[in-house]
Amino acid sequence: MKKLIAVLIAVMLVFGMVACAPQTPPAATNPPVTTETVPPGEPQAPDAATPDDKLIKVGIVNNPPAESGYRAANVADFEKVFTEANGYAVSTFYSLKNDEQLNAAGQFVTDGVDYLLISAAATDGWDAVLASAQEAGIKVFLFDRMLNADESLYEAAIVSDMAQEGVTAVGWLKAQNLDSYQVIHIQGAMGSDAQIGRTAALDAEFAAGTMTKVVQQTATWDEAEAKKIVEAVINSGDEFNVIYAENDGMAKGAVAALDEAGITHGVGKDVIIMGFDCNKWALRELLAGNWNYDGQCSPFQASVIDEMIKKLEAGGTITEKKVISEERGFDATTITQADIDTYGLGE
Amino acid sequence: MANAFKKFAKSQLAIPLFALLLLIVFNLIRDVGFFSLTITTNNNGNAVFSGNIISILNGASELAILAIGMTLVTASSKGQDISVGASAAIAGSVFVRVLRENQITMPIILAAFLASCVVAIIFGAFNGTLVAVFKIQPMIASLILFSAGRSIAYWINGGATPTVESPLLSYIGSFIPGIPIPTPIIIVILFGALVSLLLRFTNLGLYTQAVGINEKSARLNGINAVFIKLLSFTVLGVCAAISGSIAVSRIGLINHETILLDIEMDAILAVAIGGNALNGGKFSLTGSVIGAFVIQALTITLYAMKIPSTSIKAYKALVIIAIVVIGSPIVRKYALWLRDKLFKKPAKAKQTDENGEFAL
Amino acid sequence: MQNVVLSMRALCKAFPGVRALQNVDFTLCKGEIHALMGENGAGKSTLIKVLTGVYPKDSGQIHIAGNSKEITVKSPQEAQNLGISTVYQEITLCPNLTVAENMFIGRGNYRFVNWRSMEKKTTEILAKLNIPARATQQLATCSLAVQQMVAIARSVDMDCKVLILDEPTSSLDEHEVKKLFALMRELKSRGVGIIFITHFLEQVYEICDRITVLRNGELVGEYAIRDLPRIQLISKMMGKDLEDISALQSQKPLQEVKEDAIPVFEACGLCSAAGVNAFDFKIYGGEVNGFTGLLGSGRSESVRAIFGADKITGGRVKVNGKNVKISKPKDAMRHGVGYLPEDRKQDGVVEDLSVRANMILALQVMKGFFQPFSKMEAEAFAEEYIKLLGIKTTSTDTPVKSLSGGNQQKVILARWLLTNPKYLILDEPTRGIDVGTKVEIQKLVRKLAEEGVSVTFISSEIEEMLRTCSRLIVMRDRKIVGELGGEDMTQAKVMHTIAGEAVQNG
Repeated sequence: MKKLIAVLIAVMLVFGMVACAPQTPPAATNPPVTTETVPPGEPQAPDAATPDDKLIKVGIVNNPPAESGYRAANVADFEKVFTEANGYAVSTFYSLKNDEQLNAAGQFVTDGVDYLLISAAATDGWDAVLASAQEAGIKVFLFDRMLNADESLYEAAIVSDMAQEGVTAVGWLKAQNLDSYQVIHIQGAMGSDAQIGRTAALDAEFAAGTMTKVVQQTATWDEAEAKKIVEAVINSGDEFNVIYAENDGMAKGAVAALDEAGITHGVGKDVIIMGFDCNKWALRELLAGNWNYDGQCSPFQASVIDEMIKKLEAGGTITEKKVISEERGFDATTITQADIDTYGLGE
Repeated sequence: MANAFKKFAKSQLAIPLFALLLLIVFNLIRDVGFFSLTITTNNNGNAVFSGNIISILNGASELAILAIGMTLVTASSKGQDISVGASAAIAGSVFVRVLRENQITMPIILAAFLASCVVAIIFGAFNGTLVAVFKIQPMIASLILFSAGRSIAYWINGGATPTVESPLLSYIGSFIPGIPIPTPIIIVILFGALVSLLLRFTNLGLYTQAVGINEKSARLNGINAVFIKLLSFTVLGVCAAISGSIAVSRIGLINHETILLDIEMDAILAVAIGGNALNGGKFSLTGSVIGAFVIQALTITLYAMKIPSTSIKAYKALVIIAIVVIGSPIVRKYALWLRDKLFKKPAKAKQTDENGEFAL
Repeated sequence: MQNVVLSMRALCKAFPGVRALQNVDFTLCKGEIHALMGENGAGKSTLIKVLTGVYPKDSGQIHIAGNSKEITVKSPQEAQNLGISTVYQEITLCPNLTVAENMFIGRGNYRFVNWRSMEKKTTEILAKLNIPARATQQLATCSLAVQQMVAIARSVDMDCKVLILDEPTSSLDEHEVKKLFALMRELKSRGVGIIFITHFLEQVYEICDRITVLRNGELVGEYAIRDLPRIQLISKMMGKDLEDISALQSQKPLQEVKEDAIPVFEACGLCSAAGVNAFDFKIYGGEVNGFTGLLGSGRSESVRAIFGADKITGGRVKVNGKNVKISKPKDAMRHGVGYLPEDRKQDGVVEDLSVRANMILALQVMKGFFQPFSKMEAEAFAEEYIKLLGIKTTSTDTPVKSLSGGNQQKVILARWLLTNPKYLILDEPTRGIDVGTKVEIQKLVRKLAEEGVSVTFISSEIEEMLRTCSRLIVMRDRKIVGELGGEDMTQAKVMHTIAGEAVQNG
C-alpha cells in the first residue's frame, strides 16, 4: 500500500522531469509541478545542443507563466522578442523556487551561453552564480526583480517599481478632485509584492485623512470574493464612491456586485472603478467608460534588453545600471484603441 | 413536544442548525436590519431581491453543490477529495474555452457545460479509480490532481484570465430577466432536488452507506463497492463542473489560479459541520448544505463587521473551532448531562435511558 | 517440584457476563515445552493475558521461580522484568529497523547507545541460537520465520525464564516450522520453560512434553504427552468422554436423498484464492449437510468459495444441473444461494444502518439499483421477520449495532430468508449466542429443509452438527478428508476422522 503510493509519487516526479526536459537544463532537480505548465507546442527555445554559430546564445531564468497574468505577459514578451529570426538561440527555465533557478543558471553558465537573463524568485544567494558567469565572460541582465548582489556582477537591471505604481494610481485619483473620497479597497493576496506596493500609497492617504476607508479587505486576487466584499458593503448601506481593486479580476467582481445592486459606475457615474494589470479586456471596459482607471506594472522588459544586447554586440557600452520600466496608468477619458493594442495584456 | 425536541437534539442536523441560528441571532443583535430584504432595480433594468440573505444563499451556491458531492465521496470512501477546487478550475476553463471558440448562444452554453461535465467526470473517475481500484487513501489520491489541476487549467486556455462576455451568461451567473432571485440559488435548488430524487428512486443512499460502513459486508451482499466509490467520485466531478461553470458565469472571466481557491477545505468543513462522520458511513446531504450556508454566513458576517484583512482568517478559524468543538461527541454528552442536572425532574428516568443507549 | 519455574493456582477472571477463567491451575517446569490446548473461547488467551499483566486477575496466585512471594503482574512491561516474555502470531517488532536494533530497542537504557557493541552482542546471540540472520540486516528482509526467531531471541536475551509462544506457526510453512522447532529445542536445553499455543495437533505431538487442556474457562487436566493420544485430546477439548460419545445417538436425518436426483448445487474442483484445495461438493434439495473440522481446517474457506466470496481460482459449478458461472457474491445470489458469514461483525452486519436496512439489503440488491423498496414495503418486511424470528429490537429504525449478538445474527438470517433462497449456507450461525437462540436457529434450519431449501451448516459444536445435518464433510488441513452419513454420523466417528491417522495410533 505505502509502496504503491511511493511508486506513484515517484512516477509523478519522473513525469514532471520528462515534461520539463525540453526547456530544462539537465541539472535541474525535481522540478515543481508548475514547471510542467509551459504550454507545449508554443514557440519554444531551440535546443541548446544544436547551436547556430551566427546566433547569440541566451539563457533565460524566469518564473513560470502560470504564476499570474503579469508573468504570462512577461514570458510572452520575451518569447516574442528573443526569437531565432531576431538572431537569438534561447534556452529558458521556469521555476518558482530559488534553488532550482540557481541550479539552472549554473547549468547555463556551464553550457556557455553568451547572455544570462534572470528574474529571480528570491533576492538572495545569487553571488556565486553571477561571479562564475562573470569569470566565464557571460554578461548578465536582471529583469523584473532586483537581486542582492554587487552591481559589478551584472550589466544592467530592468525592474519595476511596485510602490511607484500605487503612487501613480493614487495620484490620478486625487487629481479627480472629488468632494469626498469614500473608498472600498479590495486587496490582493496579503504579503505579495503587488499587494504591498498597491496598498501603500492608498494607506498613506487613509492615514492622512484625505480619503475615507469604507472597507479594506483582501479577496486574495479572487474575483468572486471581491464581489462578496462589495455586496456586504452595499447591504450594510454604507456610502462609497470609489472602488480601488488591486487587480482587474477583482475590479470586475466588484463591478458585478454594483450591476446587481443597480449602482452605476464608470466615467461620470456614481462610483469610480480602479483596477490594475491592464488586461486587454479591462482596457476595453475603460474605453467603454465602464471603468475609470487601470494601472500597469510593465511586464515588457524584453525589448529594452534586446536593445542593450544589440548595443553591446556592436561594441557599445551600457551606462545605466538600473533602468526602471515606465509605469503606465490609463484614464478612461483618454485611452485609445491603439493603447489597448500596444499595452494590453492577454488576447 | 418534549419528545420531538429531544429527538431533534439528538439528530445530526441539530449542530449545523444551531450554528446557523447562532450566527443569525448574533447578526440581529449587531444590526437589526441585517437580514432585511429589499427590491432594487439592477443595471439591466430588472427588479431583483437584494440583501444579506440573498448574498449568503447566492455566495454559498458553489460551496453547497460541492458539499453535496463531497458528502457522497466521504460516505463511500471514508476520505475526502481535496482536488475539487482544481477540478472546478479545469471544468471552468473548459467551459470558457468552448464559449470563446463559438458565438455564445444558449445551446452553446449548454454544450460548453456538458463538455466541462465530461472533463470533470474524467478527472473524477481518475481519482475514483485510484481510490476504489488501487485502494489509495482519497486524500493522497486527490493530492495528485490538487497539485497539478490548476496547471492543467492553465493549459486549456493558454493564458491568464480569459474573459467571456455575453448577457446570456449573466443569466446563469446573475439574474434571469423577470426572476428576482439569483440564478445560482435556483441552480442549487434544482440540483438539490435532482440529487434527492436520485436518492429516492435509486439505492444510491443505501449502497453508499453500506459500502462506507462495512465494505466487506456490502460486497457479500452483492454490492459492487468499486462501482459505488467510482460513482461517488464521478458525481463529485459533475458537482465540480456545475460549480466551475457558475463561478465563471458570475464574473465572466476565469483566473485559473484563484477560481474557487481553497474551496475543497470549505467543502470538507461543510460536510463536517453538517454532522457527517469524516470516516464514512451514514450521511446527511441536508446537513452538508446547511454547513455550506453556515460557512458563507460566517464569511459575510465578518465582511459586514469590517474585520481587518490581516486577521480575517484567524477570526474564521476561531468560530469554526467553536462550531466543531460544540458538535463533538464529548461536548454533546456533557450538554445532555448538564441538561439533566439543571432540569432535575425526569433526571433519573432519562439518565438510565441515556446510559442504556450509550451502553448498547 | 524443584524445577518449577511458574505456577498458577486457582486463577479466576470474569468479564461482564462471562466467567473467562475459573479456578485454573497451571504449572510450568524448567526446560519443558508445555502445550496449552482448548477450543476457541476456552480461556487460553485470557490465561496468557492475565499472566502477562494485560488483564488483572480477580483471584488466585501466581508464583515464579526466584521470587519467594506471590507476585502480581500489573503490566506487560513488569511481566518482562519478571522474566515472562511473549511472542505473538503477528510480529510486534519494527520491520524497518535492523535485527540488532530490534533486539535492543526499548530495553531501558537510553543514555548510551553503543552501536558497535550492540551489533557484536547481537551477532553472538544469533550464532548461539543458530538463527540465520545478520545483525545489520533490516528486519523486513528476513523471512517470517526468522523474524519470529528474532523476536524469540530478543525475549531470551532479556533473561526470560518463561517464554510464551502464541500461535507462532500459523503463518509459517513446513520448512520454517522445522527451523522454529529447532530453536525451541535449543532453548529448552538451556532451561527455558516454554508455553506453546497452537491449533495444529501434529505440532503438539512433535515437540511438546506436557499438555494442559482448558474448556469453557475451566481446567480439564494436565497430561504427559505420552498419556494422551490424539483422539482423547480432542474429546477432552470438546468435553465429551469417549464412552459418552459412543452412547450418544444422533437424531436421524431428515430425509433420505434420492441418489438419482439432480443436486441443487454441485461443484467440481472448486478452489479459491483464500487457500482451499480443490474440492468436489454437491447438495440436494431439502438436504442439510455440514462442513466440519477444526478451526483453520478450511471449512469456512470452502463455503466462501461456493458463494464466490473470495476470488475463484478454478473449478466448475452447476446449479440444478446447469453449468453456471459464480465469480462474485451477486452471481451466487442470482442463483438462489444465500450466505451467512462466519464473522458477523466483519462480514455480516452493517453496524450503523438500521435493522430494517440490514434486513432488506440482500433482497434490495437483487431487486436492482433503480428499484428501491418504498419505506412502507421495507417496513412491512422488517416487521414480518422481527415477529417471525422473535428479534428483540426497540424499532425497525434502531441501528443494528445496538442489538445483542443473537439478535444481530437473526437480522442477518432474516436478510437471507427474505431473498427466498434455494440454497442457504450458514457458517457458524450459533457462535457466541445464547442457548435459547441456538435451539431456535436449529429448529429454523430443519423447518427450511422441510420446505425444500438446501442448507449447509457449519458449527464448531459437533453435537449441534450431528443434530442438524444429514451428511458431514470432514476437513483437515484445507482438504476434505472424509464424508460421513447415515450410520457413520456419530461423534466418535467424526472425531476419529478429524484426528486422521490418530485412530490407528491411539
